[in-house]
Amino acid sequence: MATQRTRARRASVLGIAGAVCAVLLAACGGGSSGGDASPSPSLDPSADLSKQSIVVSNWDAYMDPDVALKFTDTTKANITVAKHATNEEIVGKLTAGGDPGIDVAFVSGQYAQALNEAGLLEPIDPRLVPNMANLYPESKNLSFDPGSTFSVPYAWGTTGICYREDLMAAAPTSWNDLLNPAPEYEKKTLMLATQPWLNLPAAKALGFSANTTDEGELEQIKQQLLKTKPTLLGFDDVTFYSRLAAGEVVMAVAWDGWCNYSGDPNVKFVVPSEGADLWADTMVVLKSSKNKEAAMAYINFMIGDEMQSWMTNNILYKSPNKTIAEKAAAELGADFPNIAMTPADLAKGESLIDLGAASKIYQQIATEVQAS
Amino acid sequence: MGVAPLWVLYVFLYVPIAVVIVMSFNASDNPFLWSGFSLEWYPALLQDADIMGGLRTTLIVASGTTVISVILGTLLALALERYFPSRFLDAAAAAPAVMPDIMLAIGLLAFYTLVNFTLGAFSVILAHSVFGIAFVAAVVRVRLAGMDSSLEEASRDLGASSLKTFWSVTLPGIRPAIIAGALLAFTLSLDEFTVAFFTASPADPTLPIVIYSSVRFGVTPQVNALATLLLLVSFIAVLLIQRTSRLGDSLRRREARP
Amino acid sequence: MTSRTSAGVRRHGDGPLLRALSSVPALVYLLVLMVIPLGLVIAYAFLTSGRFGGVQGPATLDNITRLFQPLYLEVLASSVVNAGLATFIAFLIGFPAALAITRLSLSWQTVALIAVVMPFWTNFLIRTYAWILLLNREGILSDGLALIGLGPIEVLYTREAVILGLTYAYIPLMVLPIYASLQRLDSMLLEAACNLGAGPWRRFRTILLPLTMPGIITGCLFVFIPSLGNFVIPELLGGGNSQMIGNLIRDQFLKSRDWPFGSALSLLVLALLVIIVMLQASAARRSRKWGA
Repeated sequence: MATQRTRARRASVLGIAGAVCAVLLAACGGGSSGGDASPSPSLDPSADLSKQSIVVSNWDAYMDPDVALKFTDTTKANITVAKHATNEEIVGKLTAGGDPGIDVAFVSGQYAQALNEAGLLEPIDPRLVPNMANLYPESKNLSFDPGSTFSVPYAWGTTGICYREDLMAAAPTSWNDLLNPAPEYEKKTLMLATQPWLNLPAAKALGFSANTTDEGELEQIKQQLLKTKPTLLGFDDVTFYSRLAAGEVVMAVAWDGWCNYSGDPNVKFVVPSEGADLWADTMVVLKSSKNKEAAMAYINFMIGDEMQSWMTNNILYKSPNKTIAEKAAAELGADFPNIAMTPADLAKGESLIDLGAASKIYQQIATEVQAS
Repeated sequence: MGVAPLWVLYVFLYVPIAVVIVMSFNASDNPFLWSGFSLEWYPALLQDADIMGGLRTTLIVASGTTVISVILGTLLALALERYFPSRFLDAAAAAPAVMPDIMLAIGLLAFYTLVNFTLGAFSVILAHSVFGIAFVAAVVRVRLAGMDSSLEEASRDLGASSLKTFWSVTLPGIRPAIIAGALLAFTLSLDEFTVAFFTASPADPTLPIVIYSSVRFGVTPQVNALATLLLLVSFIAVLLIQRTSRLGDSLRRREARP
Repeated sequence: MTSRTSAGVRRHGDGPLLRALSSVPALVYLLVLMVIPLGLVIAYAFLTSGRFGGVQGPATLDNITRLFQPLYLEVLASSVVNAGLATFIAFLIGFPAALAITRLSLSWQTVALIAVVMPFWTNFLIRTYAWILLLNREGILSDGLALIGLGPIEVLYTREAVILGLTYAYIPLMVLPIYASLQRLDSMLLEAACNLGAGPWRRFRTILLPLTMPGIITGCLFVFIPSLGNFVIPELLGGGNSQMIGNLIRDQFLKSRDWPFGSALSLLVLALLVIIVMLQASAARRSRKWGA
């Protein structure tokens, strides 16, 4: 019927008009992130925190479960804890535009750098974070944020190989032991799935920087990874330590503290001879936060002795807090060698920075390797 | 052939569920090694504020989504099947189910940002309803297409208005499809992650989001306990529905007797 | 005002009030909450990526041309194959099961249907993790098979595991529409065919299959489409050993911070799926004309 078709056509026209409007709106109003680097009016050290309320986003089980109670007791400010599973997720949320409703976020250092260059972070105000004086100077001078101007380290460490001492003839000493494994270890190894840690073993084995953006070097890294892939069981960021405990894999690329989680004394950690990285998980304050004083107070609380002690005893990562780190090295260093590493040891690793546009190339390499 | 194929389906569906239930009683934290029986995770679960909050939010979102999807989806099915047959509108109605969910998720977040819409449970309900409507409409259309319109004709011949015909004749006829559609919309919203992740407020996540961020170390017995409890609750809910519907049926039968 | 139904029978028209009431709310809702967001994403595909995610001008076709690199087409093809196989297996298991449900008494049918849907009321992620436990080399199935003398299985982290996971995730969505279709079927047709001497395969081919085709197609779409875009299962069960288009899209948005290319990839998938759906719609119309 003519009338029906007209109505249908009218509906189609409406639909197309809607889409065109959307495009125009996007062209004008889109492009959310676009650095507004102007500093906000300076924060008030004597602000009344009981009137403030913050939302903190962190990885699951990365903080004391009672942190909310303890923080509110100490500072009177209110706090809600949100969780994120990966760096990319939280950064995606923060850069999507608008107010993400988050005041403090835990992100790995190189992501903090990216967020800062996008103009999303509030500079750290040392008056509100006095505990920073108690951190190792090395931890405040990492290449993604020299001087800790927009991020404060919560935990730091390196990456290496977790392996089953009892299931291997000899301990691995080089990245090549995993990249080109002996035949009896084929299909019994795992690598990390996320960049830049996916590239890291190959980059270091070939003598390149972990942050390289040189096309020739990246091509070589990719070729090595393509060669390694058929020998791997897979790429795993999450369950590799359980598989080590179960004996399903004998070697896995891992962040240093993770080897401790299996509870199996046969699982050992080694930093290969070619060297590794230096990563730090940091806390940042969002510029969009309406409760910056409470946010800074929270960061101060988290690098204080009580929270750092919880972190290093439960997460088994190294603390940047000098007092706590030395205490932990003395108490736990024998059982968990990674905790006994000194800042000098860590400094041998290469600090990770944000790769900017090159992160696309890194991701393309990951895609190609995983799709092969 | 009988009901053998049905058992094949059920075994396939429920073996992993059995694993989930059994592992919720695992004494150790390691998701891969069984080390003895323990009930400790269940009470721990009920005290976990994050999980309980996520559960509450998810139920609110799923219910809201179902209501909106059923109403608008049924109306849409009617429109597309009877009044505006158009290939373009067919595609438009199917689009939410067809596009990659991350596309819808990002698009909705960008849209919410543009209009400064506060994120919360309501933003997720609106988002989920987009594909809820598409699914309900699809299911109801299948039923409408095969429906014999002679009853409706008869009703109109006897002088009933269009609205009355719709309410008393058409609607009861498509009721099974509406119920199926409602079930579908509720189920899809309950377990939906991607769209919810981008459109929920960080301080008020849905259960799938809470679980996703809780598997940092793999799925612990506590998470399995949660899944088991969810199953138990749904099972009980279904039993209750079955009881009350059977009761309703017998009451209706009694009324119908002269 | 009269109109014709698709079967060509003249009928009294439904008033304009009913027409407007039925179409306007839903269409407006979809316009605002689907078309506009979609428009935004489509627009993004033609823009350039911001340094830190998001988009900025100038407009460009680079993202579209990049789509046709062999790497991405291969990933798309591989995803289509995985999703297709999952759909096929879901049909093989789902159709007979749906048929079996229709043979139960009415109250048991409801119970049976709900039993099909109930696994969905736990969490997707948790169920997928359960498959990891089952399919592990040191996992439950392996141990079970070892008890009866068959070797350990190496299914986890393979393509087969991904297909299995996809089938498992969406099979209820295959069963429900097929059931709805079968339910409307006049059982007298099947009886008559039986009396005339047609065997079960013949009955299936000439009566069941054609008359339930709309339900079958709907079910296949309900499984194929989410399978294509899924990223959790290839990651967890595939172990990063294969890439599906869903992972690719998500990685563009989250890891590469390349929103324009992620949008372009989404458009590719969307285009593919829209073509499939339109084919289905015209096939459904054709089958209806032949008097289902």
